[in-house]
Amino acid sequence: MLDFKQLIKECKELAFDLNFTRAKRWKEEAPGRVVVGYMPVYFPREVLHAAGALPVAIFGGGDKKQVIRGDAYYQSYICHIPRSTLDIVLDGQTAHFDGYIFPSICDVIRNLSGIFKLNNIGKFIKYMDFPQNFLPEVGGVFYQQEMQHVMHYVQEINNKTVTTADLNHSIALYNKNRQLIERIYEIRQHYPWRMTIEEVYYVLRAGTVIPVEEHNQILEQVCNHIEQNIGEPQDKVKVVISGAFCEQPSIGLIKSIEEAGCYVVDDDYMLGSRMILGDISATTNSPLEAIAHAYIYQSQYSSSIYDVSNPKENRLAEIAKKRGADGVLFASASFCDPSLLDAPIFQKAFDKMGIRYIAFQFSENINQYKVIKEQVGAFSDSIKLWEDESVHIS
Amino acid sequence: MKSEVKKENSMILQKEMIEGLFNDLANAKANGRKVCYTFVPGNLSELIRTFDMLPVYPEINALQNAMRKKSAAYIKEAEKHAHSEDVCTYVKCDVGMLLKGNIGPTGQKLPEPDVLLLSYTGCFTFMKWFETLKREYPDTTVIMLHTPYQENGKMTPEMTQYMVKQFHEEVIPKMEAVSGIKFDEEKLKKHLELSKESEDWITKIFDTTKHRPSPIDAYFAGVYYIGPINIGFRGTQEAVDYYKALYAEIQERIQLGLGPVTPEGEMSEEKYRLVVEGPPNWTSFREFWKIFYDMGAVIVASSYTKVGGVYDLGWRHNPEKPLESLAEYCMNCYTNLNLPQRVDLLSKCIAEYGADGYVTNSIKSCNSFSAGQLAMMREIEDKLEVPVGFIESDLVDPRYFSYSNIKNRLESYFQMLAQRKMMKELANQPSNT
Amino acid sequence: MKKYYLGIDLGSTTSKSVIINEKDEIVGRGITNTRANYKIAADIAREEAIYDARFTLLEEKIGESQGKRPELKKYMEDLKNVFKYGQFKRRMDSLEKMLIQTVENFSHPNKADILEKLKIIIEKIRPQIHHEFIYEMLGTKNQFFRDIVSEKYNGEVSNIGSEFYEPLILAFDKSITPTENEMVSYNFKELVIESIKILDEKYQGLADTQGNNNKEDWYYAELNTTKDNYETLAYTLRQHIEAIADEEIPIANMVGTGYGRALLPFPEDCIKSEILCHAFGAHAVFPNTRTVLDIGGQDTKAIQVDSYGLVTSFHMNDRCAAGCGRYLGYIADEFGLSLNELGPEALSATRETTICSTCTVFAGSEVKELLNNGEERPNILAGLHKAIVQRAMSLIARSGGVKNEFTFTGGVARNQAILKYVKDMVANTYGNLTMNIHTDSIFMGALGAAMFARRNIQVNLPKAQKSEVREPVE
Repeated sequence: MLDFKQLIKECKELAFDLNFTRAKRWKEEAPGRVVVGYMPVYFPREVLHAAGALPVAIFGGGDKKQVIRGDAYYQSYICHIPRSTLDIVLDGQTAHFDGYIFPSICDVIRNLSGIFKLNNIGKFIKYMDFPQNFLPEVGGVFYQQEMQHVMHYVQEINNKTVTTADLNHSIALYNKNRQLIERIYEIRQHYPWRMTIEEVYYVLRAGTVIPVEEHNQILEQVCNHIEQNIGEPQDKVKVVISGAFCEQPSIGLIKSIEEAGCYVVDDDYMLGSRMILGDISATTNSPLEAIAHAYIYQSQYSSSIYDVSNPKENRLAEIAKKRGADGVLFASASFCDPSLLDAPIFQKAFDKMGIRYIAFQFSENINQYKVIKEQVGAFSDSIKLWEDESVHIS
Repeated sequence: MKSEVKKENSMILQKEMIEGLFNDLANAKANGRKVCYTFVPGNLSELIRTFDMLPVYPEINALQNAMRKKSAAYIKEAEKHAHSEDVCTYVKCDVGMLLKGNIGPTGQKLPEPDVLLLSYTGCFTFMKWFETLKREYPDTTVIMLHTPYQENGKMTPEMTQYMVKQFHEEVIPKMEAVSGIKFDEEKLKKHLELSKESEDWITKIFDTTKHRPSPIDAYFAGVYYIGPINIGFRGTQEAVDYYKALYAEIQERIQLGLGPVTPEGEMSEEKYRLVVEGPPNWTSFREFWKIFYDMGAVIVASSYTKVGGVYDLGWRHNPEKPLESLAEYCMNCYTNLNLPQRVDLLSKCIAEYGADGYVTNSIKSCNSFSAGQLAMMREIEDKLEVPVGFIESDLVDPRYFSYSNIKNRLESYFQMLAQRKMMKELANQPSNT
Repeated sequence: MKKYYLGIDLGSTTSKSVIINEKDEIVGRGITNTRANYKIAADIAREEAIYDARFTLLEEKIGESQGKRPELKKYMEDLKNVFKYGQFKRRMDSLEKMLIQTVENFSHPNKADILEKLKIIIEKIRPQIHHEFIYEMLGTKNQFFRDIVSEKYNGEVSNIGSEFYEPLILAFDKSITPTENEMVSYNFKELVIESIKILDEKYQGLADTQGNNNKEDWYYAELNTTKDNYETLAYTLRQHIEAIADEEIPIANMVGTGYGRALLPFPEDCIKSEILCHAFGAHAVFPNTRTVLDIGGQDTKAIQVDSYGLVTSFHMNDRCAAGCGRYLGYIADEFGLSLNELGPEALSATRETTICSTCTVFAGSEVKELLNNGEERPNILAGLHKAIVQRAMSLIARSGGVKNEFTFTGGVARNQAILKYVKDMVANTYGNLTMNIHTDSIFMGALGAAMFARRNIQVNLPKAQKSEVREPVE
């Protein structure tokens, strides 16, 4: 087994490789291979995998990309991720990508698909309209059609006909992927000192830019490692992070939350990789229907999906309860409409439920966060001080 | 607004219609009328009328509050309740109004909704807005009608079918349940017939800017013209009568060779013809308009007047296919078009109405409009070689309207236009040598 | 009769004016800091330009009789400096009166002591200022009255007991603005004669041979010994001064521009956007210019011009003023530095600290945190300068990029660190093309305005009526 530290180091390199060299190598390994970039939050990668394409997540440039051209496209009151994404693409760092998928997240990312169109970037640009209707015969059917469009685009490039068996095989691989990720969160829920959230972040994000088969191997190694009784518990409270599902905070910020005294036992950084809860049936004759079914009945809540029948505040409270968290940290990217518009809903409900929380904003390119660290430290201290009186999340 | 301008017949008609609606709303509960909250883009007026409901448009309330200088206090109130400084101020203005007793812009109390009808056209914030309202009115029925985005610049049969199915499975059954009225397709068809007629008239009206001087301003005055068709009167005889009267008045102006009527008086000399992208600012609407008026600039077309429906490419409601046409109507609203479509539509306006320039009013509140405006502007500048201008403001947050900043930029822009116009004229003069 | 044209650029930080002749040649330029009162700033800038124009005329006359020799040029420069000192001295007199009056109005029990201290301070700073002016020790610093006098005054106040600190600073704060806003008229002739005398004294003590390859020394040596040049010069000057002092400088037309242009009491058709003026001025100096970047106090502008110097498109920073001169001022305050010290210190950096936010609101806390983390100040400053230029580069990209010769104008172009990053980044992004930065870059807007005044290019504004002087809108 690879040394754990070494493994994490490799994941870190993969996660922040804005030249996407692993995807490039993968493409060169065999003819007819297709690389497709996709934006957060969620995309059913199974479909691309089955079609013979490598799905590669683009999470913006973080604090590792000097943005000039991207800024030319955006006013100062728009979030940062589309700017750095454009810069990466216009600088040719994704020249080996065949197409781009923009899942429906918000108006900004939707319109980014239009900017890609105006600039004629890639062989195809697909805005993936996730249904906001949750009847299988209505929204479910529409969703299947959307997935078919994606497969059609890939087929136009590689001429590969996708079979039911292909799809079922891919579904099984991603089921495995989600199981292993969930296993990491389960272990960390009880033993958060065995692996830092920073390390979790590297491991999960690496999985968004490499073939799923490889990622599953990495995840297995990680699970094996943290199943051992390692490390020493520290006096830290447990928190859940919510709201940073698209533009990502810099790694320094992710790290500093734990340094400031909070074990992060759940988060929505890589929400897309964990969007579907549980397995998707991998044995049906209509796998697309199975994926759609899972989207309708088994998805995690998301700020981009209308929640009328299943209010998100209750669902976040459930997560906090399940993980035994002491509180919630709302982390929103500056100018992120979905996250910021959800904030008052969450906060009002949590005030009522007696769940402790704090809220702060970040921007992917800001690597100074002393104020946030102080805020988080004070939050953790206040929970420790009042431990006896702490309200149990019920 | 102080008015030195004689009231045209159409203005009186419009005022009566709107006052009537607000009176009906104030008395809705007493009269047993059901109230449907919905939005202008993708508003299903004909369907709402078929179920004899009354519409409330939260964003119209917000903008009217702004024009009456009430929005600042409402926004502050919402921000006290964890609403971010950086999000849509329509939402915050509405939430603030709600927190302060839900007294509408006319001073009358607004009735609570019996149904929240979210046709969700081209704007994710609408969705978040109704999530917020649902928490305020937990017992209210919510109807979500998902309008697919025209990602490829077209409405496919697949998309239309998806929407029609939603009408059958969600929208109509829920509206029947709330109103207690059975869906009457014939009634809907009658409304659609009248809608079509209104749409014909309004297209003709906005087409009159082809004349020189343009008899109307298609942005500042345009926002008044689209009032009836956008806020619930589209499928009514009243709307048809209003647009007929308006059209007749405009014809008269054309015959007399008159320019647009503005709050400052009649525009005497038309110096520049512009196409404007983006909503106007409402808190300083009149000052904003006056900057253009002072410079002799007339807006010959604007994208904002197309948020409640794009009719100038020939699309109309069709009584023969009632639900399909409702679906298409929703998909065809301006912000549901993709960026290349928006560029094409505006380019067509620039060409057809002989515009000298293209100005973007970038609105902090509205990413649906704003994200991508700079790319559109670049494209239009490169393709049409038309001088472009860029200013920034907000919908209803007065903190984000800087008069001197906007004036400074517009002045520079108009002087650039003047220079270019002059050079063009010089170039066209026969040379003496 | 000769005709002249005046351009005034009323910026948010400095007001500039330029006088040109009928050949578009600059004959006079004036600059002052923009005060609360735009009208006075404009008047002072114009007066300055007229004095400067007279000097140009004097130089021409001397050139006619003495030929164009470098040491003569040096003499004229010295003369101008001393002349400026003369103006300065008169304003100093008026400040002294104002200070005494202010203190006398105080209700402090120890008023007499304060007054005494005040007089001590004034007596101390007068010779300092005299010395620094005459021996050109002010370097590249802004030579505005307020800047120089407040630096000296504050220095002396801190040498005096802390009990007097507050009243003395208060007295200064209350007196400086009215003094600055006072229109002081100078008698050109008197002031020049006075300056010549001062120069006589200065030169008498100077070395008469060239030493150590020092160019300055060479000039002075030339002036001093070689045939008693300066005396001849002074004689010639005295010959011409009468005529020049009385010579009318007829301003045939003027145009105002800049942030405060709307406040100028000019007919509306004599007010032009700074976009047009900067472009026209930059194009006049560098006719092949196709892209102009202007970083001013309040705005950054990327302008594309055609072969006639007319604007084809422009983009300005969006509503937030991050990345403009204002931001630099804010940073200078954060570090307790003067604006002029920023650039040189940034240039001494060993590397650039990454700065994420050019937002003035966040910059303060970010800078503090960086300092706490042990980052070196020059490196942080280098990062800040780079961040500002990055914003400007985005604006250039927005306006269509750099296609041909590139000209950088505006007050911020005086900052050497900014200049370095602009050069680097333009070259990196658009390749090696001609880049122009003129020593007079700050005057480009005023030059363009003056050129518009000469051409009297009509901008079709509604009516050519006299607009009233209005108070600033913001």
